[in-house]
Amino acid sequence: MKKLSIFLITFVFFLFSNLYAFSSDPKEFVTELVGEAINKLSDKNLTEDEKAKFIEIIALENVDIKALGMYTLGELRKSAEKKEIEKYQIAFEKYFLKSLTSRLSDYSSSKFEVIESDKKSAKYTIIKSKIIPADGGPEIKIDWRIYTKDPEKPLIRDLIVEGLSLARTQKEEFSSILNSNNNDINLLIKKLDEFVKKSNN
Amino acid sequence: MTLNKFKIFISSIIILTFVSTAAKSTEECFENVSRSVFKFNMVVDELILEPIAKGYNKLPKPLKQGTGNFTSNISTLLSIPNSLLQGDLKQFGHSTGSVLVNSTLGVLGFFNPAEKMGLKANKEDLGQTLGTYGVGPGCYLVLPVLGPSTARDSFGLIADTFIDPFAHITIRENKLFGISGNDLDYYSVKGTTAVDFRSKNIKNFESLEQNSIDLYSSLKSIYLQDRENKIQNSKSDQDDWGNLDN
Repeated sequence: MKKLSIFLITFVFFLFSNLYAFSSDPKEFVTELVGEAINKLSDKNLTEDEKAKFIEIIALENVDIKALGMYTLGELRKSAEKKEIEKYQIAFEKYFLKSLTSRLSDYSSSKFEVIESDKKSAKYTIIKSKIIPADGGPEIKIDWRIYTKDPEKPLIRDLIVEGLSLARTQKEEFSSILNSNNNDINLLIKKLDEFVKKSNN
Repeated sequence: MTLNKFKIFISSIIILTFVSTAAKSTEECFENVSRSVFKFNMVVDELILEPIAKGYNKLPKPLKQGTGNFTSNISTLLSIPNSLLQGDLKQFGHSTGSVLVNSTLGVLGFFNPAEKMGLKANKEDLGQTLGTYGVGPGCYLVLPVLGPSTARDSFGLIADTFIDPFAHITIRENKLFGISGNDLDYYSVKGTTAVDFRSKNIKNFESLEQNSIDLYSSLKSIYLQDRENKIQNSKSDQDDWGNLDN
């Protein structure tokens, strides 16, 4: 019976992770991922909770949240204790998923187009794209920093919206909080937890 | 020297004191003051700018677009001397051509035929010009009502009023090709530009406000990245990820 349960859980997990498996070519990867996201977010048959769950699954699978968390921590990642970093990573992941859901819902009715791919190194490819809002507003240029160290599994590390890096903005925001509080990582963790709690209410 | 000119001279000297040619990162010099001014600006935005911008968004689309084109055409006037000061003759041609075409064929700038003709005028100001000369941003600060700035950009803001043809014929009370205006014209156009900008960013600002743990720092980062991009006339492609490998 126990073996059957393990088998079923493994099967369900495998099924879900493969439902949203995208191409390993960075350009195709972004095209397929955004296409799927726009489809789901504009699906009127899905509830808000179902959409949020979808974003979480897709982000956990395709965004390098761990590296993003370390990047946004700045220099402190080199000096903080391992236990503190682990605690921070857990809080950051929750914070990231929560804020991503809120940010993405704004673009659910937009048209998306990949323009070109620019391979920067073996580790990074920048995918240039644009979003054309449904309300006729000006088009928005978005560059995707794709981490390609494992060519079979590209991961998103940053979105650069009209030249503004979301990762850098986040890093500088965290840095300001840390600078004003004697580089106390626990305080940053507390603020991230508070944000998630507030968003859940 | 009149009192006004003296005040401008003194302000410029004070601001220049904080401008460092070697500055690479932008330091906060008076963060507590800036944070207080930021809070004040947020109240002004909530009570005045945001409601006007929301009302402006309800206007018919052609009217909004026309107003945006009109203010954009006037602000392109400032790009003409700045492109020249940057030695960017191509951009000088685009800015001059754009203003000439839009002011005539575009009915005082309400339409934008210049863009369809391939004329792409970047917005250039003296802060950007100084940036291209290698002048660092200096201290980061928040100006009352005007918002985020740096020592270099604040100096540029004042100095721009001496080289901007539109300021020349309005607040400086001069004539150019027989055209003149007054203070009200200048501040009306600047106010409308602010409302137009705010109306285009209602959703973006709401999203930022919702998702920021420290909105002051987020806006600071966005302002500084935007200025860097404008100085380079491109989108930054920074790679400060280092060896963050999985």
